[in-house]
Amino acid sequence: MRILTYIIKRILAAIPVLIGVSILTFIISHAIPGDPALLIVGPKASKAAVESIRKEHGLDRPMPVQYLRYMRGLAQGDLGQSIRNHRPVTSDLADFLPATLELTMASLFLCLFIGIPLGILAAVRRNRLADHVARVISVIGVSTPVFWLGLMLLLLFYRHLGWLPGSGRLDVTSSPPIGVTGLYVIDAALAGDWALFKEVLSHLILPAFCLSYVYLAVITRIVRSSMIAVLGQDYITTAKANGLSTFRVIFKHAFKNSLIPTVTIAGLSLGELLGGAILTETIFAWPGMGKYVVDSINSLDFPAIMGFTLVASTAYVAINLCVDVLYAFLNPRIRY
Amino acid sequence: MALHPFFRELRLTLGILARNPSAVIGGVIIAVMVLLAVGAPLLAPFDPVRLSLSDRLLAPGATHYFGTDELGRDIFSRVMFGARISLSIGLLVIAVAGITGALIGATSGYFGGRTDNVIMRFMDVILSFPSLILALALAAALGPSLVNAILATAFVMIPKFARLVRGEAMVVREMPYVAASRVAGAGHGFIIRRHILPNCLNSAIVLATLTLGDAILIAASLSFIGLGAQPPTPEWGAMIASGRKFLMDQWWYATFPGLFILLTVIGFNIFGDALRDVLDPRIRR
Repeated sequence: MRILTYIIKRILAAIPVLIGVSILTFIISHAIPGDPALLIVGPKASKAAVESIRKEHGLDRPMPVQYLRYMRGLAQGDLGQSIRNHRPVTSDLADFLPATLELTMASLFLCLFIGIPLGILAAVRRNRLADHVARVISVIGVSTPVFWLGLMLLLLFYRHLGWLPGSGRLDVTSSPPIGVTGLYVIDAALAGDWALFKEVLSHLILPAFCLSYVYLAVITRIVRSSMIAVLGQDYITTAKANGLSTFRVIFKHAFKNSLIPTVTIAGLSLGELLGGAILTETIFAWPGMGKYVVDSINSLDFPAIMGFTLVASTAYVAINLCVDVLYAFLNPRIRY
Repeated sequence: MALHPFFRELRLTLGILARNPSAVIGGVIIAVMVLLAVGAPLLAPFDPVRLSLSDRLLAPGATHYFGTDELGRDIFSRVMFGARISLSIGLLVIAVAGITGALIGATSGYFGGRTDNVIMRFMDVILSFPSLILALALAAALGPSLVNAILATAFVMIPKFARLVRGEAMVVREMPYVAASRVAGAGHGFIIRRHILPNCLNSAIVLATLTLGDAILIAASLSFIGLGAQPPTPEWGAMIASGRKFLMDQWWYATFPGLFILLTVIGFNIFGDALRDVLDPRIRR
């Protein structure tokens, strides 16, 4: 029951943050670019046209009134209309969401799948070869420009080795699997179409690896340091002295307790993965929200850019909320 | 000879750093990049912006170490001049974010109460955005230019410095010498300037070094997207963006600028890590 109170408290605490996020987004989109009306009609429009747009969108009203209007739209899921294709930004983003979701989920999976064992190995074999290798991997990881890494991967695996396809989610000649999730890998597997499954998976590998590498480094580091802290504790020595196998000590006793910092960092990384996705999607022509926002930047489509910003940061806040809740389950001592 | 305490401390710090292999590697990388940046006009074999259409897209060789781009410009020279731009971007971002963040944090931590609450909630809001996404939205709103990219990158880094300095300020303001200073008639501004800020210097330097790499990465990403440095400026991220079109047949064009970003950021990251171990009294064992 107390955990429920805690969860409700955390959700309530996220509300002011989300309001703050909406205010900052509003300020960026309404105050900085000068004249939003001019952006909607284009620089060559007549004065009268600009005036009428200003009236129509309420841009002649005071800022607080405009903000309330903006919030009312948000509450109804209205992020404005794209200048490029005149579609609602919300439905554009909804179309591109599954691709981004698939990419970030796959990257997170790779991060954890490679990062956790690597971090454990580095902690257990501290200051030995494995530790040094893990350190080099993670230093390079946090220092690599994601977009450049993507290009290098393309150069090696697509251009020179020819092992993997270079762009998009599918071969040009294929059509997407029919399914409910919009995640091609899962949809293809559910449909039992294994040839297509292999194809979509081969398209996913390079971008997912590219995006995961930076955060893999972060995860490895945090798993290593929290494992080292846990391995130094008395109860580990006791467990060893009682004759438990190394494997059991490491996974049953030590790893479980090192999970708390790992979960926090993994949650924070997921938000940064969204940022990295912008660059990765651009490099690999991955038809997700990140590529959409870069295309929007190139055509100065402000409603689209700000809509994406708002959605991405709301997702980030929501992820951190989930992490906090997970935290409470992992460590029963944490209650506020 | 009696040294001023500042220099004694500096000599001690440098002495510890010199025995730390990663500090030495990081330091050497940074030194080489600074040398390239400062000496670019003297050391670069070619003019970084002069076009030479007969030398288009040459592979790396004895004349053009890193090859040439689609306008016949020497990529090695451009990368050298790029070091100037990227290092200046990094330093400017840290200067703007560091000074703004330190002032905000010091004010917040020193006054406490409602001021602190309002300021820190605002910092929390900035931190609720993934940093690259907020920088991108800001840079897009301000309009594509190098200065705007620097401002946008600095803006997302302010909370890091504000939080750090706030924490230190809350400790320092409770110190007896601050009370003594107040009794002696010192004003708030004086106390923040003379007591609070100098106490945060060590940790701020560590944070600045570690953040410099991130700043270079974010600014390069903005330039890559087209929101930062504009052609023909030899900025590394922008060079990669133009080299991308030639990736499949002229690999050298996008490869070398990226390699330099990677090296520079590695330099700052491992040097910063080592510096933290040396300067942070809590870890200094």
